Amino acid sequence: MIGSIDPLLLIASLMVASTPILLAAIGELVVEKAGVLNLGVEGMMIVGAIAGFAAAVESGSPLVGFVGAALAGAALSLIFAVLTQVLLSNQVATGLALTLFGIGFSALIGQGYAGRRPPPTPKLDFGPLSDIPVLGPVLLRHDPVVYVSILIVAAVWVFLKYTRAGLVLRAVGESHDAAHALGYKVVRLRVLAIAFGGACAGLGGAYLSLVRVPQWTEGMTAGAGWIALAIVVFASWRPWRVLAGAYLFGGVTVLQLNLQAAGVAIPVQYLSMAPYVITIIVLVIISADRRRAAQNAPASLGRVFHASS
Amino acid sequence: MASRKGPRRVTGTGTAQLLTIRGLTKAYPGVVANSDVSFSVAEGEVHALLGENGAGKSTLVKAIYGLVRPDAGEMRLRGELYAPAEPRAARAAGVAMVFQHFSLFEALNVAENIALGMETPPRQRELAAKIREVSEAYGLPLDPSRLVGDLSAGERQRVEIIRCLLQDPKLLIMDEPTSVLTPQEVEILFATLRQLSAEGTAILYISHKLEEIRSLCDRATILRRGKVVASCIPREVSARDLAEMMVGSALTPPARAARTVPEGPPALEVRGLSVASPMPFGTSLKDVGFTVARGEVLGIAGVAGNGQDELLLALSGELTSAPGMVRAAGADLGDKGPNDRRRAGFVAAPEERLGHAAAPGMSLVENALLSGAVRMGLVRRGFIDWAATRAFADAVVAEYDVRTPGTHVAARALSGGNLQKFVIGRELSQNPSVIVINQPTWGVDAAAAASIRQVILDRAAAGAAVVVISQDLDELMEIADRFAALNEGRLSPPRPVRGLTMKEVGLMMGGAHGMQPPEPDAAGVLRAEASDAEA
Repeated sequence: MIGSIDPLLLIASLMVASTPILLAAIGELVVEKAGVLNLGVEGMMIVGAIAGFAAAVESGSPLVGFVGAALAGAALSLIFAVLTQVLLSNQVATGLALTLFGIGFSALIGQGYAGRRPPPTPKLDFGPLSDIPVLGPVLLRHDPVVYVSILIVAAVWVFLKYTRAGLVLRAVGESHDAAHALGYKVVRLRVLAIAFGGACAGLGGAYLSLVRVPQWTEGMTAGAGWIALAIVVFASWRPWRVLAGAYLFGGVTVLQLNLQAAGVAIPVQYLSMAPYVITIIVLVIISADRRRAAQNAPASLGRVFHASS
Repeated sequence: MASRKGPRRVTGTGTAQLLTIRGLTKAYPGVVANSDVSFSVAEGEVHALLGENGAGKSTLVKAIYGLVRPDAGEMRLRGELYAPAEPRAARAAGVAMVFQHFSLFEALNVAENIALGMETPPRQRELAAKIREVSEAYGLPLDPSRLVGDLSAGERQRVEIIRCLLQDPKLLIMDEPTSVLTPQEVEILFATLRQLSAEGTAILYISHKLEEIRSLCDRATILRRGKVVASCIPREVSARDLAEMMVGSALTPPARAARTVPEGPPALEVRGLSVASPMPFGTSLKDVGFTVARGEVLGIAGVAGNGQDELLLALSGELTSAPGMVRAAGADLGDKGPNDRRRAGFVAAPEERLGHAAAPGMSLVENALLSGAVRMGLVRRGFIDWAATRAFADAVVAEYDVRTPGTHVAARALSGGNLQKFVIGRELSQNPSVIVINQPTWGVDAAAAASIRQVILDRAAAGAAVVVISQDLDELMEIADRFAALNEGRLSPPRPVRGLTMKEVGLMMGGAHGMQPPEPDAAGVLRAEASDAEA
C-alpha cells in the first residue's frame, strides 16, 4: 500500500510543492532583516497568482506571466511601503489590511479567469544529464523557476553575509537610529527591501497558479503566505534554514497527499494538518536556543522609524 | 589625508582656526535649540562645549556632523564654507564623531561596525588586521571578530574611537564620552585624546563634568538655553565658576541630618542573589549580597550594562529569585512578585522613565494608580477609587514641585526632569520602608537633580532603607553612606563612603578592563596606515 509511493517522484514533487512558499519566505526574510514586518505576504502572493495567470493567459507566454506577477507583487508592496515608511502607519495593521485587500482584489480581477488553462511552463532541458539515475529525475527535470528560487536563496545568503549593501541592510534592521546617525538612508533602503519582498511573494503566487495547480481559483494560496511568515521566524532569519523549512513543509504536504491517495487508515484531517504541525514543531526545536535566536532577530523589527527623533 | 604629516602642537587662541561657526540658529517647533551661536575651534586644540541637558550642545554638534541642517548661520572649515548635507559629507571633510548613544549595532561584530562607519572600507580581513594594529598602538585593544553586544560599555566606546581614528580625522567630536567609563578608563581615554591633540587633531569635547574639562581642555565654550553665555580657559577658572556659568545661578548641595543606625534586623537583606538576565546581551547577577539598615543609603556604582537593570528588576520583584535571596525586615520575599513586595514596603523607580517607570500615553492620574494601587489602597473590591487616585496624584505634583498643567496630561508630555520628579515622588509618597532607585537624576537638569537628591535623603532620615544605583559617582559620594560597585554582575563588598578615594572606587568598578596607556609611537603606526590606504 505505502509501497506504491515512489520515493524519487516524491522528492521531485516536493521541490515543486515547496517553491511558492520558499519564494515568499526568502523575500520576507530580506524585508524583516531590514527591520520591517510585512504581514501582507498572503495578499501579495494571491495578487501575484492572478496577475501572473492573467498575463500568461493573455500573452500566451509563461515568462511574461512570471514577470507580471513579480511586478504586481512589488506594486502592491509599495502601497505598504508608502503607508508604513512615509506615512508612519502601524506595520502590523497595515500588513493585515494588505492581505485582506489582496484577497478581495484578486477575486475581482480573477472573475473571468476561473476554469481557463494557462500556457504550460516548459521544463528546463538538461539533455542526457536528466537521464542520470536517481539524480536526473529528482533534480534535473524541473521548470526554470525551481532553480531560480534556489538561486535567489543563494544570492540572498551571499548578499547578506558578504556584501557591503547587505551589511548596511542588516545594520538598518538592527538599529535604525544608529544607521541614520551614520548617514544611511533608512527609509529608501527599507522601501527597496519591501519591493523585493513583494516581487518574491508575487513570483511565489504565480508559481501556484501557473505550475503547481495550474489554474485560477479564488483564495487559492490558502494560507501559504502565513506559513512563509512562520518559516522566516522559526528559521531564525537564516536563508538556508528557510530553504530547509520550506522543503520540509512541501515534503510533508506531498507525502500526506500520497498517503491519502494510497488509502492509509489515518483520518484525512490528521493528514491534512500534518505539514503545518510537523513544520512548526521541527522549526521550534531548531530555534529552541532563545538567546541565539534573539541575537539573530533584527532588533528594530516592526518599529516605526522617524528621522527627527 | 595629507594633513597629518608630523606631530605639532598648536594651542589656544591666535593660531589657525580649523572650524569657525558664526550665528548658527536652529529651531524646532516650540523650542529654539541653538540661537545665534558663534565660536571657533583652533587646529589641534581640545575645545570643550559645556552645558546642561537641553542647553543645545547635541543639536550644535549634529549640525557640524551633518545630521541637522541649521536654519541660519554659517560654518567654515579651514576658511572654506562648510555645509555638510549628510554625515558622509562631514566625514569626507575630515570631521568624525563619537556618539553618546545609538551608533553601534549589537548583533554585528566589531569589524562590521567599523566598516559601516567608513566610506570605502577595505576587505574584512585587511580591516581586521588594521583594527588590531591601530587599537593596540593607542592602548585600546579590541578583537575585531567579537559581537558588539557582548562588549562592555568601555569597549564599545573603543570601537567608536577606533572607527573615527581609521578615517584620520581633522576634527574629532566626542559627545559625553566618559559617562560610561570607570575612572581608570577615563585616564586612558584622556591620554589617547592628548596624544591625538599633540598630533594635530582638534577635539570638540562635550560634557557637563567640570573637573574633566578643567584637566583636559584648552578652551571652553559654555552654552545655556541654546545661547553662548561665556567662553573661558578652563584651567584658569574654578569648577565652581564653571558650574555657575553653566547653570546661571549658585547651587546648594543637599543637606543631611545627623542620625544613628538603629538596632534590629536590617531593613533589606540580599544574600547570594543569582538570577539570569531576561534580556538579550544582558548581564546575569552572580552571588550578589548586601544589607541596608533603616535610615541608611547604599550607593551602587558601575559602568552601564554591568547588571544595574537586572539588580533593579530583582529587587522590585519583576524578576523573581529563589526563596531566601531577598529579605525585608526578616520576611522572605525572594520568590514574591512586585505586588507582594509593595505590600511589604518596597518601592522601586527604574531608570527608563517612559515605558518602564511610567506608561507614556497614560495620564499622571493613571500612572499614579499603576504603582500606588497596592500601598495607597486605591482599588476596592476590584474597582478603582478615582477620587482617591486623583487626590494622590495631585498631592505628588504639589509636594514634589512637578511642573505640569494638571494631572490629566499624558506622562510623555512632561519634560524628563519633571517626569522624573513625578516618578520619584510617586514612589516616595507611599510611605515605603525600602526604596530602590536606578539613575535618580539621569537626564535631569542640575536644579531638579539637587531637589531629587534632597527628597531621597529626607526619606532616609525618616527611616527608610535606600538603595541608589547610579553611574554618577559624584552623586553617590554626595548622598550614600556606604558604597559598592557592580562589575559584570558581581557586587563588591560595600564600604563606607567616608575615606574612600577615587582610585579605590575605580578598582571596585573593575579597573581599566584590560586597557594600557598608549605607546609613544602610536602616531607613526597610524600615519603609515593612512599612507598604505592611499597607495
